Amino acid sequence: MRFGLNFWLGAALTALVVLAGVLAPWIAPFDPVLDADLMNSELPPDLTFWFGTDGQGRDVYSRILYGAQISLTVGIVSQVINSVIGVTLGMTAGFWGGWWDDLVNGLTNVMLAIPSLIFALAVMAVLGPGLPSLLIALGLTNWSWTCRIARSSTLSLKSQGYVQAAQTLGYADLRIMFTQILPNMMGPILVMATLGMGAAVLSEAALSFLGLGIQPPFPSWGSMLTDARQLIRIAPWVAVFPGLAIFLSVLGFNLLGDGLRDSLDPHMRTRKP
Amino acid sequence: MLRFTLRRLFQVVPTIIVVALLIFVIFSVVPGSFATSLFSDGKHAADPEVIARLNAEFGIDKPLADRFVDYVTNLAHFDLGTSFRTRLPVIDLIADRMGASLKLAVAAMVFAVLVGVPLGFLAALRPGSILDTVTMIGAVSGLSLPQFWLGLLLMYLFALQLNWLPSFGYGDGAFSNLVLPAVTLGVTPLALLARTTRAGVLDVLNADFIRTAHSKGMSETKVVRWHVASNALVLIVTTVGLQFGSLIGQAVVIEKLFAWPGIGSLLIDSVAVRDIPVVQGTILVIVLWFLLINTAVDLIYAAIDPRIKQE
Repeated sequence: MRFGLNFWLGAALTALVVLAGVLAPWIAPFDPVLDADLMNSELPPDLTFWFGTDGQGRDVYSRILYGAQISLTVGIVSQVINSVIGVTLGMTAGFWGGWWDDLVNGLTNVMLAIPSLIFALAVMAVLGPGLPSLLIALGLTNWSWTCRIARSSTLSLKSQGYVQAAQTLGYADLRIMFTQILPNMMGPILVMATLGMGAAVLSEAALSFLGLGIQPPFPSWGSMLTDARQLIRIAPWVAVFPGLAIFLSVLGFNLLGDGLRDSLDPHMRTRKP
Repeated sequence: MLRFTLRRLFQVVPTIIVVALLIFVIFSVVPGSFATSLFSDGKHAADPEVIARLNAEFGIDKPLADRFVDYVTNLAHFDLGTSFRTRLPVIDLIADRMGASLKLAVAAMVFAVLVGVPLGFLAALRPGSILDTVTMIGAVSGLSLPQFWLGLLLMYLFALQLNWLPSFGYGDGAFSNLVLPAVTLGVTPLALLARTTRAGVLDVLNADFIRTAHSKGMSETKVVRWHVASNALVLIVTTVGLQFGSLIGQAVVIEKLFAWPGIGSLLIDSVAVRDIPVVQGTILVIVLWFLLINTAVDLIYAAIDPRIKQE
């Protein structure tokens, strides 16, 4: 399989975010929460504070490194939940058909009718703010597209010779689904999950910005921007760097997803004349 | 066409009913009520008598089944309930805010279409050109931007530094107040429109009937205007429709950022104080809006492309 420029660019950006998050405890010059010093508040970027300091005198660079941990956790966990729900529902619906298929289809249509950020917001309103609620809210939000793809892949794979052979041999339905069908649709599911990570990171940022996600003093990129709104006139760097971090990581996930799709499925390649 | 229209409109009804039930179920499990949250600041000790009285007034002391019956009966009368906080009918609160939200959403979409479609079109006509490259890089970036961050930066630049535009507020509906929120909200649909328009036009340009049109001596302008534009239109209309959904979601954040008095900021403010009837009502109205737009798109789609109706 050959990967294009998109994929490598996306992979590099994603690797950067992963490194920042994993290495944060060793490479961050300051503690993201405890090293607050009002004497140092709102300092512009310099050699000590690379990205300046925020309203409480905390180092913005250190907070961004630790913020990568939250964004990655949100992106990965929410997409694992999404994929498990979407694949389970879609695959069984496509395989068994009948009333179960109708029910899953109906549920998918209802989910698609609710704008995803609004749904996540409703769930957050019920569960209350914090990381666990965020993971549940975003994990329940975006499975409908995965479900549709899993269902339609299952429908077309069901008529393949090897699946019918497995049925003739008397394999149990679930065994066929997990050993014959699932491995053959992993590609598109992986693409959806990668693109979904970008969407989840954006939603986390938006919810935290609204005060419904990660609560201060924990360094989420979104909640850092909430503070920035008050400070933007005197300390614009507090707004610039967290936003840039969100942008670059989401760009990374999106390019990675696009690149994966291009190499997995030449038909969906962006046409070049 | 009339039968198709009616059929599509009727399809909205079951979906909205299920969504209404879903919203009821989600919010019936909320721990802590509005009444208890009044005391959550810790300034006063919780007064069980006041809480019981308020719960009785709002009807949340009744069993779940009774509340459910009330909810459904009220919905059937287009009654979204009464706000805990303001004691006003939810439908009135929403109606007051609807105009501002509609204005913002439409302005954002108009901006996205007016800029995104021509950019995608020109990019496709000159593939590989500088304009094409810049447009596509811009489109990928636009889709990865946190919109509220862009809004913050625009606010800093155009309102605080250059002083050209007001930084927030409705300004009694002044156009200058609309510019920053609408541009911010329009960026993502703009990026997507540029990308889909380009892909759509490139697809059409490679089609057989375009080669035929060229070979029968039709001029380039005419080919583009008659064949390419009308065929790419279907894709553009679909994208606009689908984008309205995520636009409504994003609008919640943008309205809050720019203190825009729409239903999005109503929703956020109500979530903060656990004014559940308003939260439920706002979400229901947003979903209904989204469904109606999607239905409208399907109808327009069918009007442009007669093949759709056959299916």
